[in-house]
Amino acid sequence: MSDMTDTGGPVLAADGTPLKRSLRKALRRQKMRALLLIAPLLIFVLVSFIMPIGDMLYRSVENKIVSQTLPRSTQALSSWDADSGELPSEAVFAAMAADLKEAAEQKIHTRVGSRLNYENPGMSSVFRTSGRKAKKFDLENGGPWKEQLIEINEDWADTDVWRTIKTYSPPVTAGYFLNAVDMRVGPDGAEMRPERERIYMNLLKRTLWMSLLITFSCIVLAYPVAWLLANLPTRKANLLMILVLLPFWTSLLVRTSAWKILLQQQGVINDVLVWIGLVDDNARLIIINNQFGTIVAMTHILLPFMILPMYSVMQTIPPSYVRAAKSLGATDWTAFWRVYFPQTIPGIGAGSILVFILAIGYYITPALVGGTKGTFISNQIAFHISTSLNWGLASALGAILLAVVLVLYWAYDKIVGIDNVKLG
Amino acid sequence: MKLVKTLLASSALTVTAGAVSAQDMANEMTLVSWGGAYQASQVKAYVEPYLEMYPEVSVTWDESSAEAVAKLRAMNEAGNVTWDLVDAVASDAMRLCDEGLAIELEHDEVLEPAPDGTPASEDFGDLLVSDCFVPQIVYSTTFGYRTDLIGDEAPTSVCDVFDLEKFPGKRALQKRPIDNMEWALYCDGVEKDAIYDTLGTDEGVNQALDKLATIKDQVVWWTAGAETPQLLADGEVVMGSTYNGRLFSAIAEQDQPIEMLWDMQSFDLDGWVVPAGLPEDRKARVMHFLKFATDTQRLADQAKFISYGPARKSSAPLVGQHAELGIEMAPHMPTDPANSGNVHIYDYEWWADNRDDLNAKFEAWLAR
Amino acid sequence: MAKLPPYATTGQRIWHYTFLVICGLIFFFLIAPIAVVVPLSFNAENFFTFTPEMLRLDPDGYSLKHYRDFFSNPDWQNAMWNSIKIAPVATVVSVSLGTLAAIGLSQPHVPARRAIMAILISPMIVPLIISAAGMYFFYSKINLAGTYWGVVLAHAALGIPFVIITVTATLVGFDRSLTRAAANMGADPVTTFFRVQMPLILPGVISGALFAFITSFDEVVVVIFVGSAKQQTLPWQMFTGLREQISPTILAVATLLVGVSIILLTVVELLRRRSERLRGMSPG
Repeated sequence: MSDMTDTGGPVLAADGTPLKRSLRKALRRQKMRALLLIAPLLIFVLVSFIMPIGDMLYRSVENKIVSQTLPRSTQALSSWDADSGELPSEAVFAAMAADLKEAAEQKIHTRVGSRLNYENPGMSSVFRTSGRKAKKFDLENGGPWKEQLIEINEDWADTDVWRTIKTYSPPVTAGYFLNAVDMRVGPDGAEMRPERERIYMNLLKRTLWMSLLITFSCIVLAYPVAWLLANLPTRKANLLMILVLLPFWTSLLVRTSAWKILLQQQGVINDVLVWIGLVDDNARLIIINNQFGTIVAMTHILLPFMILPMYSVMQTIPPSYVRAAKSLGATDWTAFWRVYFPQTIPGIGAGSILVFILAIGYYITPALVGGTKGTFISNQIAFHISTSLNWGLASALGAILLAVVLVLYWAYDKIVGIDNVKLG
Repeated sequence: MKLVKTLLASSALTVTAGAVSAQDMANEMTLVSWGGAYQASQVKAYVEPYLEMYPEVSVTWDESSAEAVAKLRAMNEAGNVTWDLVDAVASDAMRLCDEGLAIELEHDEVLEPAPDGTPASEDFGDLLVSDCFVPQIVYSTTFGYRTDLIGDEAPTSVCDVFDLEKFPGKRALQKRPIDNMEWALYCDGVEKDAIYDTLGTDEGVNQALDKLATIKDQVVWWTAGAETPQLLADGEVVMGSTYNGRLFSAIAEQDQPIEMLWDMQSFDLDGWVVPAGLPEDRKARVMHFLKFATDTQRLADQAKFISYGPARKSSAPLVGQHAELGIEMAPHMPTDPANSGNVHIYDYEWWADNRDDLNAKFEAWLAR
Repeated sequence: MAKLPPYATTGQRIWHYTFLVICGLIFFFLIAPIAVVVPLSFNAENFFTFTPEMLRLDPDGYSLKHYRDFFSNPDWQNAMWNSIKIAPVATVVSVSLGTLAAIGLSQPHVPARRAIMAILISPMIVPLIISAAGMYFFYSKINLAGTYWGVVLAHAALGIPFVIITVTATLVGFDRSLTRAAANMGADPVTTFFRVQMPLILPGVISGALFAFITSFDEVVVVIFVGSAKQQTLPWQMFTGLREQISPTILAVATLLVGVSIILLTVVELLRRRSERLRGMSPG
């Protein structure tokens, strides 16, 4: 080392290259090695998880089906003015007849009908009834198609039907997202849906509100327990900790089935209440298949996620602070409220965000104990995937839920740091 | 020359037909059904006998019939159909057929004729509502009630379901518009013949939903057929709609204090569809099984385990007593004259056309 | 709080005991639902409440019939075997890839570390229904839906965050000079990893593995969408059972699963203590 400074030139490493470059090279090699170690997993997660999420997000705006199934009509409609109040020309009707015939032969006309029905209820039956006849259309000399189509289904004489087809011709649509916030494209652009058809904003509000209630009940129940655990001698605390960790490690299905048995009208809780005479046998409490059932069961399931972060924060608070406050004349309450409680806020914050994030995405528990009033937006997503088959809307609802979660996740990362998550 | 060609063609056909022999049939089948008592009747009536005859075959059950259309769409999109034979209600079968997700069948060629030689298409008659559909049973969606919880007077009309004063307590209804909307209109004073015309208008839909709204707070909505019997047995509801066979098994097999309310029962069909896009060997196995499972004797056997009417006319005389309980099955069939005094004729075609519209409105109403 | 000081006022005493009672009730709330399942699973009847015989502790009120049903019913047996076939394989995938990546992430200079971390943790944060929806659509496209490997892949992805979190947590306390010393003494990186690093981070790896295992073993939302009947797992079977007809067999299964979780919990606790001890001894 000493003789290198003597040369006066750049500092050299043992092999003669300048030290700066050598260090940079070493750093680069280190970075490469780190990346190589991470790469397999990163690729794995990208393929098995991130791409599916991306696919779902794409589905929430994708709308190729209309222009692919009805290529001629969408083309012909581009010159039609929807606000003119007049029906499209015979050429458009003829194009539609040709499209319908081809689609009916391939048996895809009902799919485009279902697609358009999401935007304008009634479209599905228009396409179904027309498709049934369309296979026998004689395209060469079957016209005039305007009368023919209207004869098959009078809704073809409704400009709204044509407007819907025109509006949803482009391969990308905001329709699903509008639908997910109870809006639709009307004659004058986006507008709210009629009162009777609004679902999702209320559902989202309900999901957020119930998740808040669950988070709040978790805070109330977790605080004393976490405090007790943090202030007991280690041996006792470890024993009691098992009571917190056992539910945490127990299968979600086990806990949900337990609540189902407990909460039923003929269940354990009602039986006990009847037995001790608090409740009449004919007036058993209805505590399942409603919001109450969901809140109780989910509070129980998520409680450990609140206790654990609170506990780890409370453990680090030296008891001398409260003692100091008391010796300076504070009452028990003041010492707690002014000195102890403020120091536990990070724990409450971390626990709350965690519980809230987990709560708004819940599906299983609300599905089993929530009835119709106690279900969440997740249940509606599942419904649209497997029953109503409106995958675009399911994806749009999923995208909105995902956005809410990501904002919360970002907040969690800011407050707690994702590296500091501890398990168990 | 023409004759030679025809001969050649037909011999080629026989060769291909013969080539699909036992070796070329897949030995695994995934059957899709509804679970519960109904699936059990299928197992006992023809799956177990079939497996006894062909021990090399193994069967996997998937209880996903309620989601048949969604799942088949997803499989079709992927080009990877994992199901071999799907049990579906008639309206779903029509939908699958319309969308090209199920294959069309030549009923007389792929199914056994009746023992007297009547071709299958005549034996099933007008129950063949779709080219893709092989009906197995006629069932009905109807009500059951708890005799001990309902009060002194038993309900006699479907409208008693809407009468909260006379019959207080929770009721179970299926979470879908079909049947519920019709019952609501009927009980709101709409003539039976006018129900579908009324339901075709926005006012009619609102009228039905408003009628349902009068009992909405007292309704537990079910999605699986086994739920209502369970809810009734647990006393969670005092009355509820479900498939009549499920109620039969709760009443006759499990001795629950439940009675049937047949008024305005809604007839429907259930049967098999073969998914489109199966590889040849699996398709060959499925067709082989389908031929066996839907013959006259097998369909009659099924009725010995559950109170659904067999879809073949030729099976009806073979239905006798319950296989295990030894009780006469006829009085428990939805088609028995004593039970079918006032029935609701469910219009498949109307529902196939309007299902998407009404589902959307019903869901919106439900979520309110 | 553990002990009341001798100079406490009456008010303080009352509060002290009230507080203990409140905590007791909360602990009761936490544990009672799980505890209730266990005795009910031995019910001799097909009921979900305690029969008079059970309350009298009459042996006739108890039986193992629901357990017998579980072990003889082909549906439940099938579901059990599927769970046993899926969870360990998913665990192996997430642990092997996850441990490597965690080691990579704990190197001093990792470009875009926060972004990578966010991606790797995301399967834990994204609501299950969204993961399930995305995987259902995407896996259908690439022919993985309804297959064994589709479910394994999905479950492995869900388990990865837990492996990353637990293993990086052990690596935070890992003394880097140990690997340098090993390298100095001529060990190649692979030897260093297996002989020096691995034994020290092993507790973290094992508890990560247990988390990944339980994630897959308990998972129901994703498998319902991604899997088909051939992959029906225990939780799935329980979910169907709970929705349709709660047969008391579910309670027997639940009790067995509680047993599994007790075992896993014990192992994790032992490991945590061991790793704390180890870390306490290592310098820095």
